Amino acid sequence: MDYQNLFTQTQVTGPISRGVPINSYDQRERTQGVSFSSLLGKIGNAQLGPIYLGRLGVASLAFGMAAFFIIGMNMLAQVDWNPIQFIRQLFWLSLDAPAPKYGLGLAPLNEGGWWNIAGLFSTIAILLWWFRTYRRALALGMGTHVSWAFASAIWLFLVLGLFRPVLMGSWSEAVPFGIFSHLDWTAALSIRYGNLFYNPFHMLSIFFLYGSVLLFAMHGATILAVSRYGGEREIEQIVDRGTASERAALFWRWTMGFNATMESIHRWAWWFAVLTPISGGIGILLTGTVVDNWYLWAMHHGMVPAYPVTNVIDPSLATPAFSAPLQGAK
Amino acid sequence: MAMLNFERKYRVRGGTLVGGDLFDFWVGPFYVGFFGVTTVFFSFLGTAMILWGAAHQGVFNIWQINIAPPDLKYGLGFAPMMEGGLWQVITICALGAFASWALREVEICRKLGMGLHVPVAYSMAVFAYFSLEVIRPVLMGAWGHGFPYGIMSHLDWVSNTGYQYLHFHYNPAHMIAVTLFFTTTLALALHGALVLSSTNPSNGAIKTPEHEDTFFRDIIGYSVGTLGIHRLGLFLALAAVFWSAVCIIISGPFWTRGWPEWWTWWLNMPIWH
Repeated sequence: MDYQNLFTQTQVTGPISRGVPINSYDQRERTQGVSFSSLLGKIGNAQLGPIYLGRLGVASLAFGMAAFFIIGMNMLAQVDWNPIQFIRQLFWLSLDAPAPKYGLGLAPLNEGGWWNIAGLFSTIAILLWWFRTYRRALALGMGTHVSWAFASAIWLFLVLGLFRPVLMGSWSEAVPFGIFSHLDWTAALSIRYGNLFYNPFHMLSIFFLYGSVLLFAMHGATILAVSRYGGEREIEQIVDRGTASERAALFWRWTMGFNATMESIHRWAWWFAVLTPISGGIGILLTGTVVDNWYLWAMHHGMVPAYPVTNVIDPSLATPAFSAPLQGAK
Repeated sequence: MAMLNFERKYRVRGGTLVGGDLFDFWVGPFYVGFFGVTTVFFSFLGTAMILWGAAHQGVFNIWQINIAPPDLKYGLGFAPMMEGGLWQVITICALGAFASWALREVEICRKLGMGLHVPVAYSMAVFAYFSLEVIRPVLMGAWGHGFPYGIMSHLDWVSNTGYQYLHFHYNPAHMIAVTLFFTTTLALALHGALVLSSTNPSNGAIKTPEHEDTFFRDIIGYSVGTLGIHRLGLFLALAAVFWSAVCIIISGPFWTRGWPEWWTWWLNMPIWH
């Protein structure tokens, strides 16, 4: 086990790294405080900080904390401002979107208005944070791959809270803020639209989600397994292939007949991760807008397996409402 | 053929766990070894069993193929071939193939002088499969509790099994597992993007790990580093799979009611009064 490089055995504390210099105007935005954690040092860098504040970052945090505060105060109001009950019922508390009768209009604050404000503030916070990642990458002369990966997650976020509710004509379609309530929303959406497992974009999203976890297990394990040859120095290995890359590549070539390169594995990684929310967002956007019942959609396309007869009547097939012509399945 | 220009010097004898030199050779890019032979045996046999079952049912629509486990009445015994026996043979073949694959990876690791991280990580996925098809059915007393082999039918199984516990999202181990799945994917996106943004810069020469650390410290105040991200990614991925196995093993053998009801222990703790 000593040779598997799971933890850093000996930690060396060097001088504080202040980071790659940026222009002197921006440099003032980097904090001075830096600390070291030997616990973090067991798996990665021990150094904590510095962080870059900047106008975008501060504004983003302000909007994010405002949204968090609004959600928290609404939940606290629901338990009559009792802090004990707030903790006790925290997972059950929820800030819900307005009722269907308000459509896309403004609801009174206590009937969903706060939900709109919290949603607006968190959206602003996230978009400001996106610009922050973009600006910081350019300031260092780096590519903007992190920003575009982040954008794919923002796409799913906006589909759930903005695009689909607008297409459906009601804020009530959107996800509530709450632990159990957002899980309830997910289950209810799946049941209402005929089981989301039959949604092909949901299938793709799950494929990419599991594929991402598989890829990170494969990649993380491969790099650790060749870390004795300096495999974690990936940028060097990309521009000047060493024995670590060669062994890592041959391992997969000999195992499954195919290998990535030190650079292409990170393209596989990026695309698998990014396609998870992209395909998931497409699947959600089509649900209720284009397709009303994914089970009937799959049935229409000959995908549903037949099971032995149980003589139990399937209510979804016995109810006239579901025998209406299919939306979207021509 | 099928050899990379640097490959020849790595194709050395030895490192096998069993069989000595007997199967110590390559076919095209593939290493064979004793466990390559057993992998091929089990996977071909298992696939043939699936095709046999499909042919027997007359179903060759790839979405609709369904090889179901035995009826609950057979308990943990053997079932007739076309009443779940196929499923039992296929499960044995799958486990045989998975174990062979893991051991073949160990042999390849030994040839290449690599750590054993990949076969260990792979074993976690096999453990999750083993939990679903063996541990939980054995604990519940019937092979019929395993999931069926089929693209849509296994999705139906997940759906139906979930609703047996009313609302599976309330399963605490499921919550942890899903959170880990999302976190792993987030971390993978960030890691892939960071390396690509260094080697495909917007301006100037190719960047260094110093730039990677600086970018992440600028953004969130911490950079785990080039070695740490691979430890973190491997840990997150394995934890996601481990908690997935836990969430299904506890459903049935250790909790038979709806999962939302499980949470009442929290609401009823004496400290609230």
